[in-house]
Amino acid sequence: MCLAIPIRVEALLPDQMARVTLGGVSKVISIALLEDVRPGDYVLLHVGYALTRLDPDQAEHTLALMREAAVPGLLATEEVAA
Amino acid sequence: MKYIDEYRDGALARSIAETIAREALPNRHYRFMEFCGGHTHAISRYGIEDLLPSNVEMVHGPGCPVCVLPVGRIDDAIRLAMRPEVTLCTYADLMRVPASGGASLMKAKAAGADIRMIYSPMDAVLIAEAEPARHVAFFAIGFETTTPSTALAVGLARRKQLANFSVFCNHVLTPPAIRAILDTASLPEIERVLIDGFVGPAHVSTVIGTTPYVALAAEFEKPVVVAGFEPLDVVQAILMLVRQVNQGRSDVENQYIRAVATEGNLIAQAEIAEIFELREMFEWRGLGELPMSALRLRKAHAQFDAERRFDIVPIPAADNPACECGDVLRGLKKPADCKLFGTVCSPETPMGSCMVSPEGACAAHWTYGRFRDRARASTAQAAA
Repeated sequence: MCLAIPIRVEALLPDQMARVTLGGVSKVISIALLEDVRPGDYVLLHVGYALTRLDPDQAEHTLALMREAAVPGLLATEEVAA
Repeated sequence: MKYIDEYRDGALARSIAETIAREALPNRHYRFMEFCGGHTHAISRYGIEDLLPSNVEMVHGPGCPVCVLPVGRIDDAIRLAMRPEVTLCTYADLMRVPASGGASLMKAKAAGADIRMIYSPMDAVLIAEAEPARHVAFFAIGFETTTPSTALAVGLARRKQLANFSVFCNHVLTPPAIRAILDTASLPEIERVLIDGFVGPAHVSTVIGTTPYVALAAEFEKPVVVAGFEPLDVVQAILMLVRQVNQGRSDVENQYIRAVATEGNLIAQAEIAEIFELREMFEWRGLGELPMSALRLRKAHAQFDAERRFDIVPIPAADNPACECGDVLRGLKKPADCKLFGTVCSPETPMGSCMVSPEGACAAHWTYGRFRDRARASTAQAAA
């Protein structure tokens, strides 16, 4: 029910709407819940409405924290094995 | 896909799980509740339980709106849909939820009721506009994630001056449900769910932020880590919970910083406050009557309130007596503990709501978990 997917804003439309694309599918969604959305932004789409904008810096920071939390050495070994 | 694939890296997940195994104290047991059905689904689908050490246990919570909606409200929606002038618009999740007497919205539709599955509440408004001879009622359900969309749909109907649109509101709130899980002092011991912390809501928190959990974490001394729905998010959140427990902390931490701000989405909160107000009491499946735990339309928007327009008076209705959904939703039982599970109750013929929604604990266990149980049992047998 709370499913929401990260989706890229392609173009802004009148009435606080925007065109988005995901995997070749184009759709018009509402961006009325967000301020200053720009083409190229990624937003979380839920039942036709953008709920929040994804923060690229925080996303990168999260991945860095995840790599930091990994057991040193174990990750590298697995990657070689894969 | 960007912001999805990088959070599904299996090697990294296994490596973080190894850190959890090293940091979890061997002489203690950790029980964490994932509140959301979205987390339950991720844990089952990606086999996260298999990565965790045996002393770190995940307990499924009540965060599945379809699951916690009591039978009586589905009965009300069916009665509403059976009115000849009404078109009932609903999310697909609700179509197969069992109602009283073996009924469901699906069966009501087959019997001729005008019930339409929609993707967005906006679609319901557009149907009302296109078909002025019909009264279009939207079966609104969901936690705070879904509520702003309903609020904006009511606002849109108002601007379009639609006289043939209404909302049957079943929106519920997350913090009172967390409180109900934790506030067990008055319950007999057997009914108390023992948990050491929460994997906190993902998309609910994009709307309400992380502040509403602070008082709960402090009062009940349980850590809360707000986490995204991707598997790496969940594994990282579990590590953060283990560390908090080990350090004797019960703080609210935010793992989902790429999407959740401390204060949440203020525009969404304002839209909700404009259209909705708190109900004094609302019945939840599994949790019973909870005060101030749900929303209804404000009087100023009474013309859009299906309950007022059609005088919907709640008629109490009982669950299937053999169904254990209630205890599953409170984390007291696991899906396989129910004797209906996998016998008469499956996603094709659900007896209870937890088997309907893909994020319901029973549906998730049916789709993914039961195969692991079988594999585990045969490994144990081989070892013996």
